[in-house]
Amino acid sequence: MIQFLRTFFDQTINGLVIGNIYALTAVGLALIFGVGNLINFAHGSVYMIGAYVGWVCVTQWHTPLPIAFLAVIIVCGLLGLLIERLGLRSLQNSARIAPLLATIGISFMLDQTTQLVFSPNPQSFPSPLPTTRYWIGGVSIGATDLLIAATGLSLAAILFFFLRYTKLGWALRATAQDREAAQQMGVDVNAVNQTAFALASILGGIAGMLVGIYFQTVYPTMSFQAGLKGFAANLLGGLGNIPGAVLGGLLLGLIESYGVAIFGATYRNLFAFVILIAILVIRPAGLFTKKRQLPPEPLTGTFTPNNKLVRIPPWLVGLGIALAGLLPFVIQSPYVLQILTNAWLLGMVALSVTLVTGTAGQTSLGQAGFMAIGAYTSALLTLRLNWPFELALPVAGVLSAVLGTLLVLPAFRLRAHYVAIATIGIGEIVSQVILNWDNLTNGAMGLTNIPAPTFFGPPVFLPREIYWYSLGLLLAAALIQWRLLRSALGRTWRAIREDDVAAQAYGINLNRYKALAFAVSAFVAGLSGAFTAHMYTYINNETFTNTTSTLALTMSILGGMGNILGAVVGALALTGLPEVFRGLVDYRYLIYGLALVLLIRFRPQGLLGTE
Amino acid sequence: MSLLEIAHLSRNFDGILAVDNISLTVEEGETISIIGPNGAGKTTLFNLVTGTDRPTHGEIRLDGRSLVGLSPDQFASRGMARTFQHGRVFGNLSVLDNVLIGAHTRRKRPHNLVAELLAALLPFPSVRTDEYRLRQDAEAIIALFGERLTPRLHQPASSLSYANRRRVELARALALHPRILLLDEPTAGMNPTETAEMLEFIRTLKQRGLTILLIEHKLALVMALSDRVVVMDNGQKIAEGSPEVIRTNPQVIEAYLGHKQHQRDVAAQSAQAQVPTEKPLSRLAVETS
Ligand SMILES: Nc1ncnc2c1ncn2[C@@H]1O[C@H](COP(=O)(O)OP(=O)(O)OP(=O)(O)O)[C@@H](O)[C@H]1O
Ligand SMILES: [Mg+2]
Repeated sequence: MIQFLRTFFDQTINGLVIGNIYALTAVGLALIFGVGNLINFAHGSVYMIGAYVGWVCVTQWHTPLPIAFLAVIIVCGLLGLLIERLGLRSLQNSARIAPLLATIGISFMLDQTTQLVFSPNPQSFPSPLPTTRYWIGGVSIGATDLLIAATGLSLAAILFFFLRYTKLGWALRATAQDREAAQQMGVDVNAVNQTAFALASILGGIAGMLVGIYFQTVYPTMSFQAGLKGFAANLLGGLGNIPGAVLGGLLLGLIESYGVAIFGATYRNLFAFVILIAILVIRPAGLFTKKRQLPPEPLTGTFTPNNKLVRIPPWLVGLGIALAGLLPFVIQSPYVLQILTNAWLLGMVALSVTLVTGTAGQTSLGQAGFMAIGAYTSALLTLRLNWPFELALPVAGVLSAVLGTLLVLPAFRLRAHYVAIATIGIGEIVSQVILNWDNLTNGAMGLTNIPAPTFFGPPVFLPREIYWYSLGLLLAAALIQWRLLRSALGRTWRAIREDDVAAQAYGINLNRYKALAFAVSAFVAGLSGAFTAHMYTYINNETFTNTTSTLALTMSILGGMGNILGAVVGALALTGLPEVFRGLVDYRYLIYGLALVLLIRFRPQGLLGTE
Repeated sequence: MSLLEIAHLSRNFDGILAVDNISLTVEEGETISIIGPNGAGKTTLFNLVTGTDRPTHGEIRLDGRSLVGLSPDQFASRGMARTFQHGRVFGNLSVLDNVLIGAHTRRKRPHNLVAELLAALLPFPSVRTDEYRLRQDAEAIIALFGERLTPRLHQPASSLSYANRRRVELARALALHPRILLLDEPTAGMNPTETAEMLEFIRTLKQRGLTILLIEHKLALVMALSDRVVVMDNGQKIAEGSPEVIRTNPQVIEAYLGHKQHQRDVAAQSAQAQVPTEKPLSRLAVETS
């Protein structure tokens, strides 16, 4: 009993300390959401950069801790200003999903730069603090815990004072409450935005540094999880609600801490994502408020910009297909063929995302989850049950369609950028389940020796055969999608994208048609994932990541949303270009990020236009 | 039995009673107008009656069957079609496609999801005949507007003029072959010629026996078209009767004039603050005099 109580207290302290860090992250997100109505996906990257700045100061330059704090404040504050400039101000008149995507692009760039500068490997961050632990009534508290608690409390106090008693703080609150009204009263909204971004980034950066000290390590990919967890905490307390974010952060920390104690450490990340989805679906306004509101009446749907479609004559498309088919007779290099095979497989994912996002208007950032379902299904069927590949592949697609749709089903009641968040969470949940369902998936060890693809005959090994196989799958998927878009179903999907309220008022059952869109999309993504698994012969929980999902979305935006040919062209361009300029291969994700930011800003309709 | 019965309908928005205990019956073939000052709750009433919003209290019955709790698409499949006050055409869809979406409830659709996918994927003859039938009908509806829309059949709705977008919306509603057509300010933003044209159009619909609920601020139009007029103010029904009776009802005049005075004050204030008001506040003034 005593033992249990002691563990309970220890976990509570742990939870509160980690919760403190989540709260700092969440408060930043809340500030930005409040004034800018923007979900800032670059926030996790700022947090990661804060951690690295702290690490450089403390372990490389051996500065005292306060100087490290100061450096984090300066660097992250400036970064916040930069993000405001790139991610928000230049996109003020775009659809609300645009700044969200831009911040994803910025986060790609920041993460990749950090990887290039400091290597992708984790760096150890020995604590600059004494390691003695203080015992208070049987519970131990370390110096790091105290530092985190003290920092959290003092920052909360400073923020409270700033918002309450300064003119700028007042302006910030006014803007968060009613932007238009604040503007009319002479509030300089740009200054308010800049302040909010700078403040938020400083808080995020400090949180990152504290977390680095706490876990004694920093690594570039810590950004994504942090951002999403901060968002989950923020959502718990109600988006944009600052005291709510603090409570949400502490609550999330506690839940995680108790959860890890009960289920084990590998489950750590699952809780946040489950909470994320649950709150989004059950109480989108957060735990502490309840509101039932009608969406406003827009003049027309605003998701896709009105634009001119670039018409590609059918003979040109035919010529392109013929050339793609004949290519292996001319180019024999396995390397080139492999790159193009990747382009075709990613092209399928781009097709799948362009269907739900471009045609049906439900932004999906979780396609990798569908790929993973397909990959594991097909791999397990062939490995464990000795099914032939030709049978396992379509079954994998179908299972991905069914499971994928069921997973997204709870998110159907969400609109606009909340769908994007929910699908990210769903993608993460799939990868967490794969990680933890050892019996079936072999956990982090992954599945090995997956048999090579076959096509009613011996295994397909040769690069050019693999190339043709993947090209064939891509063409089949494109053909299916092309037929669907030209049918009444395609029209129905577009109507939902344009204006879901009006569509429903004319008898369209939104859930039904969203389910159909996600089913087809998950089917195609599942096929791509399955083929990839057999091509690599090895998969684990990190084969299909959120990076792939974002990349696929970028490809479809590049080609033109909802545009079938565009998705393929986008995939080809983004996979091929870094290879054409050989020197750029190391910088590819930097380029992808940059491409996303520039596209959103200068050509949201993509190369070929939105269909 | 009346076609539509609305009984004690209320909608409370965080303390604001936008619709307050409204009861109304609509007979087959009637044209009923709902008038009232800005913010009276007319649009909210439409939202409730078409299922876009759910009432806090009250009943809505079509043919004696309750509709409360159904989703908007179920309201539509029972024959309610509406237009929106601020226009909600599908901007990137062509005029024809917009109208065809209106015919969604009349399309022969398999109940099974997989069957619906297959029907979209493979052009079965029955699917094609159905599509052809709906298309013919949609083009016929579009042709009701003379040369306004027909030449623009394949243009995206966002490229149309404001008045034409409103026509597309009306055509889309007609394509549902509604039992009750609900029009929320169909002539808002139209010039006098266009308004007169719309009046004639609605009159034709009425003569064909369509049941129409109409929200309008242009009283001349209301007087010309309505069998009955319902006056709302502050969410409540303050009067109901034939156009002649309503015209002379002192309560109605009071409601309008009172608001008019109030609106002048607001207008004066907002002019000082240089706030562009979204709606022309003076539009009631001309028509009530
Ligand atoms: N979604 C909502 N949330 C909160 N209040 C609302 C909402 N919709 C309408 N209201 C309020 O309900 C009242 C009635 O609004 P409604 O739009 O129904 O008026 P209306 O009679 O259609 O006015 P108008 O002539 O300007 O169109 C107004 O006070 C409005 O502010
Ligand atoms: Mg109205």
